[in-house]
Amino acid sequence: MTLSNTLTGAPSPTGSTRPARPARPGGPAARAARRRALLNWVAVHSLAVTAALFFLLPFVFVFLTSVMTDQQALTTDYWPATWQWGNYSKVWDTPGFLTWWRNTLLYAGLGTLLTVVSSLPVAYALAKFRFRGRNLALTAVIAMMMLPPQVTVIPMYLFWAKQMGMGGSLWPLIIPMAFGDAFSIFLLRQFLLTIPKEYLEAARIDGCGDLRTLLRVVLPMAKPAVAAVALFQFFYCWNDYFGPQIYASSNPGAWTLSYGLESFKAAHHTNWNLTMAATLLVMAPVIVLFFFAQKAFIEGVTLTGVKG
Amino acid sequence: MSLAFGTRKGNGGKAGAGPSAPAAPSTQHLLRRKRRREAARTLAFLSPWLIGFSVFFAYPLVSTAYFSFTSYNGFGQPSFTGLKNWDYVFNHLPTFWQGLRNTLWLVVVMVSLRVAFGLGVGMLITKVKTGAGFFRTAFYLPYLAPPVAATVAFAFLFNPGTGPVNHLLGELGLPQPGWFASPDWSKPALTLLAMWGVGDLMVIFMASLLDVPKEQYEAAELDGAGPFQRFRYVTLPNISPIIMFAVVTGVIQTMQYYTQAIVAGKVAGGIAGNSGQQFEPGFPNGSTWTLPQMVYNLGFQRFNYGAACVVALVLFAISMAVTSILLRRKSGFMASDD
Repeated sequence: MTLSNTLTGAPSPTGSTRPARPARPGGPAARAARRRALLNWVAVHSLAVTAALFFLLPFVFVFLTSVMTDQQALTTDYWPATWQWGNYSKVWDTPGFLTWWRNTLLYAGLGTLLTVVSSLPVAYALAKFRFRGRNLALTAVIAMMMLPPQVTVIPMYLFWAKQMGMGGSLWPLIIPMAFGDAFSIFLLRQFLLTIPKEYLEAARIDGCGDLRTLLRVVLPMAKPAVAAVALFQFFYCWNDYFGPQIYASSNPGAWTLSYGLESFKAAHHTNWNLTMAATLLVMAPVIVLFFFAQKAFIEGVTLTGVKG
Repeated sequence: MSLAFGTRKGNGGKAGAGPSAPAAPSTQHLLRRKRRREAARTLAFLSPWLIGFSVFFAYPLVSTAYFSFTSYNGFGQPSFTGLKNWDYVFNHLPTFWQGLRNTLWLVVVMVSLRVAFGLGVGMLITKVKTGAGFFRTAFYLPYLAPPVAATVAFAFLFNPGTGPVNHLLGELGLPQPGWFASPDWSKPALTLLAMWGVGDLMVIFMASLLDVPKEQYEAAELDGAGPFQRFRYVTLPNISPIIMFAVVTGVIQTMQYYTQAIVAGKVAGGIAGNSGQQFEPGFPNGSTWTLPQMVYNLGFQRFNYGAACVVALVLFAISMAVTSILLRRKSGFMASDD
């Protein structure tokens, strides 16, 4: 692990090393320390720049290709000769693209809302009520969380498509979210565990019922976790490919962006420029959303792993 | 972890006052009523999930097991055929074993590289002093790219004909593999895609690295430990639970590996159409087959629901075995507040 070569708790970069240093500034020991700190700074930051290139260059290349002409996109050029901003409106005007947008927003928006509303009370009960079989229930939640969706898809498909007649729509994906989502339940529970009992007891003494305690006392305190769960679920729906492929593929009017993007590629298989423009248009909303909700998101990711 | 039941601590003490205490019948009555009320309340709060658990987990699992012993194509009635589907999948479906081997490859190579890379990037970001916010965002951003979009983008970047990656490799005089179009390079290409989206692990490792007590590093330094020794004897023991968590969740995600593999195969294979044309997953040469794709292929392309359910059950067994490892480490996952 080359990264461990860089010192832990190393002195800060040269600019700020001067104060609170016992050795005389001109002394050889101080000079050596300063040089070591500088080298360290250079090593760390050149590694960081290299890593940043690895993470960002794909976006840059995708963008540059997306504004090339059809002909140039078939060459190995990196830089567009002329900037074809019209590619984006061409993608936007592709029949179906707007429908995919609307469907994706419906799936992600409604799915997120239902998930939060149905998962919060379950998580609260699992975190704060004491009852027989609680650990069993928690184990079942974790098992559901780990279950690949493909394991149950055959009976579920037969149920929704054959018995409920809902094939060719997104409802078989949205409706189950009204009945709790295992990952959301688990994540909310982990957070609710950290709320001290005293708050709940105080609420009870003040005459709050359980539902009111949940809505008036717990919910305001759990806002960061609820925000994280909502974001995760929104991203999950936005990114879902398998679900729409199973239930919506027969009806292009019900496709989502993730599913439609691939058919877009198939229909424009020689036009990498248009495909890359479409790809960026699918990426953009989640990235914009991230910048607005960065803090909640990072907290959520940390919650899954560290507080666990 | 006690299987706690009944009432709260307060009246639990009162109820345990012993047989000698003259328990008034009304108190007992009240207690029972309270217990019943609490049970009803618990049930009410759990009800959405209880329905979800039965309808979307328990029922389809049982049903999957049932279908695995029948012949069914979606029309008419399923007919019982005993172990025929099992025999077909295990003895007459070479792609099943290929899919298992691919999964093993991904578990060993992709998961370990991703965890090691995530840890490396996490350590790097804790050391960066200038522009930390920029680097953190840059490292995290790819994780947010929707898998289909990221896969289509990578299929373009790594396409052997005009892709910038091979063009760059050529200019540097390095070999130019076929990536997603080559049976030997398709899984390494998918691994690069997974490493690109390492942001989630980076954040988790970053948070846990910042939690390592500073005094331990200072003490190690006083004892003359070099950077490697400090990593080995201070950092690693402190973050090993997080590494374990990353590995186990990584293995579980790999069991579900579907979208990237099937999309990469479709795009690199140049096979047109979601609707009309049939695409057999695993392109090229079955090198990207995974079990979830096999469920899709058997069930929704070949309408052999029985065989699809056999593969689904194998997938279920492996996933639950991995999950039980995670659960045994109960410290965090099953912690409760009492």
